[in-house]
Amino acid sequence: MSPIKLFKNNFRDFFKKLFKKKKNARIGIYGPPNAGKTTLANRILRDWTGDAMGPVSHIEHETRSARRREGVTIKTNGHSIGLDVIDTPGLATKIDFHNFMDYEMEEDEAKRRAKEATEGVIEAVKWLDDLDGIILVMDATQDPFTQVNVTVIGNMEARKLPLLIVSNKVDMPEASPNTIMNAFPQHPMVSISALEGNNIDTLYQEIAKTFG
Amino acid sequence: MDLISEERLSGMNPVEKVRFIIDEVKKDKVLVLEKGLTPDEEANLIEMTMTKIQPDGFSGIEMESYPAQSGNSIINKLFNKGGHRTRLTIIGPANQLKTLKKDRDLITTLLSSKE
Ligand SMILES: Nc1nc2c(ncn2[C@@H]2O[C@H](COP(=O)(O)OP(=O)(O)O)[C@@H](O)[C@H]2O)c(=O)[nH]1
Ligand SMILES: [Mg+2]
Repeated sequence: MSPIKLFKNNFRDFFKKLFKKKKNARIGIYGPPNAGKTTLANRILRDWTGDAMGPVSHIEHETRSARRREGVTIKTNGHSIGLDVIDTPGLATKIDFHNFMDYEMEEDEAKRRAKEATEGVIEAVKWLDDLDGIILVMDATQDPFTQVNVTVIGNMEARKLPLLIVSNKVDMPEASPNTIMNAFPQHPMVSISALEGNNIDTLYQEIAKTFG
Repeated sequence: MDLISEERLSGMNPVEKVRFIIDEVKKDKVLVLEKGLTPDEEANLIEMTMTKIQPDGFSGIEMESYPAQSGNSIINKLFNKGGHRTRLTIIGPANQLKTLKKDRDLITTLLSSKE
């Protein structure tokens, strides 16, 4: 190799190292069905990348396989953090296809959905091994002491990984974010409306603080 | 309903534990585990449950445990490996065991016989 080329290569490597991007933090969005995980994922992506993650629905288990978006850069207060965001189907301990039939679905379709929903939960469990942190979305109009919340929090604590609790749907009059705060006081929590956008800037600051 | 002592489960490895629980629950048993499961075992139990769900058959489990006590005091750190202590847990078939209310220090469930 000519000395000039060698110099050029070294020069390039030097700059590569100097500006080498910090690895993105892999953040999984978890929570019970219908808590608003996909609504939140869509909002984060729309705010910072311009596109959406996936469809939202009032029917449970609309998200039946995890979706990943790499390289989402969030900038707050002069800090910037790179995330790989994974919208998961969330966890459940039971899935009965009859519940889908309440939404005027044919039996075959309901059974197919239930089967896909079980596979989605398995995928969400597997992702637990592959994350740097979790955003745990809870519906502030519901009881926070559910087993899936307890299991997700337990897994993050056992792995010593950061966890940010989002108390969602505070736009609804019956929302009670204080109940969530009292239930899990050992973790940071932000109250938002993923749908309306209430308090979303505080969420981004807290994301940068928790996972940065 | 079976009350499972700490000793009964402590002799099993995590895979055996999860398999034992699923097999019992599929036989329509409700189990109360004195010592509960680790978070990892709970996740594995959820995963295994999902593979066993059948339309018009097994529809899953109901499981309730208290949040692990993660004490931050030095005493806690010294004595419970990372400050985690597993807690009393009830597990049963989803069509028979219903959680009515769960609080930090009280779990209220309804146990019904199979329809
Ligand atoms: N009022 C209100 N509804 C919300 C909010 N976030 C989500 N939803 C609704 O809750 C339902 C479930 O949302 P989705 O994002 O699909 O939940 P997921 O199952 O956790 O992904 C949908 O009907 C959403 O429109 C919120 O902040 N406020
Ligand atoms: Mg979803």
